[in-house]
Amino acid sequence: MSLVFAGALSHAPGITGRAGRADPALRDAFYASLARMRAALEAERPDALVVIGAEHFANFFMNNMPSLCVGMADWYDGPIEDAGWLGIERTRVPGAPELSERLVTAMMNEVDLAYAQEWKFDHGIMVPLHFLTPRYALPVIPVNINCQGPPLIPLHRAWAFGQALRHACDAAPERIAVVATGGISHWPATPDSGKINEPWDRAFLERFLDNRRAELLAYGDAETYRDAGQGGFEIRTFIALAGCTEGSKGELWFYAPIPIFAVGCTVAVVRLAPQVRPCRD
Amino acid sequence: MSLYYVQKLLFELNRDPAVRRQYEENFDGLLRSYALTEEELNAIREPDIGLLYVMGVNGQLLMHYAALRGFEWDAYIAAMRAGESRYGPVRTGLYKRAGQST
Repeated sequence: MSLVFAGALSHAPGITGRAGRADPALRDAFYASLARMRAALEAERPDALVVIGAEHFANFFMNNMPSLCVGMADWYDGPIEDAGWLGIERTRVPGAPELSERLVTAMMNEVDLAYAQEWKFDHGIMVPLHFLTPRYALPVIPVNINCQGPPLIPLHRAWAFGQALRHACDAAPERIAVVATGGISHWPATPDSGKINEPWDRAFLERFLDNRRAELLAYGDAETYRDAGQGGFEIRTFIALAGCTEGSKGELWFYAPIPIFAVGCTVAVVRLAPQVRPCRD
Repeated sequence: MSLYYVQKLLFELNRDPAVRRQYEENFDGLLRSYALTEEELNAIREPDIGLLYVMGVNGQLLMHYAALRGFEWDAYIAAMRAGESRYGPVRTGLYKRAGQST
């Protein structure tokens, strides 16, 4: 089959862990948008969900940090954080190891990847799953882009990864959904936690939704850090999704800064257009 | 400075149940297995969350250690701010380097 669904959403731990401290009207509107995304995802009857995330030292550390890693496990446990702190009970999420191996094998023709047959989910994946697959029945294939410990993968390589993922999905018979999850501007877990640069976020989202490759790849890390905090490095997940959905436009279903969640809360869906690939020998 | 090993300790403490048990049963013994300076050892033991932040510990590691040591969210944020006031700007690590990279 091919890619049947693509979207992007936030994953900050406060979304569930500090839910009671947010403006109820904003929070509920955000949650409603996430529920809408869940319905749209389910309507496409995916066989598996690829989650392009940016974990926070749950599995990967600077002793052996992969720029890109794809999960190939039978199952994944999470959240790794305290369940009370995150507001999500610990559970086991099914994997799709055979499909994942085929995707990884195909992608390796285009990009260098690490893979992992053991992986624990932190809030970066558990918060999206909590809203999108709350019964944890849909097999998941996690992807991690290192956005925590520089040196970080250049943006054009994140785009190239997304392209490789699309090519691999298009060659698979399964119906595959992909979501990217990251913050845009945010300063998580720092003294500036709660600061959100809304104009920067909206400018980035405009480029993302319009799939403007050159403008997306023009961000530099020093400027991103200055204007969008270290959390801004997670734009790599959005850019990978933009590469995966090259030529397609997105719709913004929700965006609002919710400071106690420490991020501009975002829900976006890409209207998938058929991809035209150049002929290869 | 051995920011790498400070962060390695916090990473393993946050993630590894065996290391967590050692923390509960023999904290000093656990600390001795990492290459840490006296200042780092004291900051971890106390804990001085503000100093650990100024030393460059990534917040994604530090917030879990702070929670383990009983800091509620607002107290954690306040401790980092107090650390900046007392010890000055972040010395090394992501928060110092990121703004300088290209």
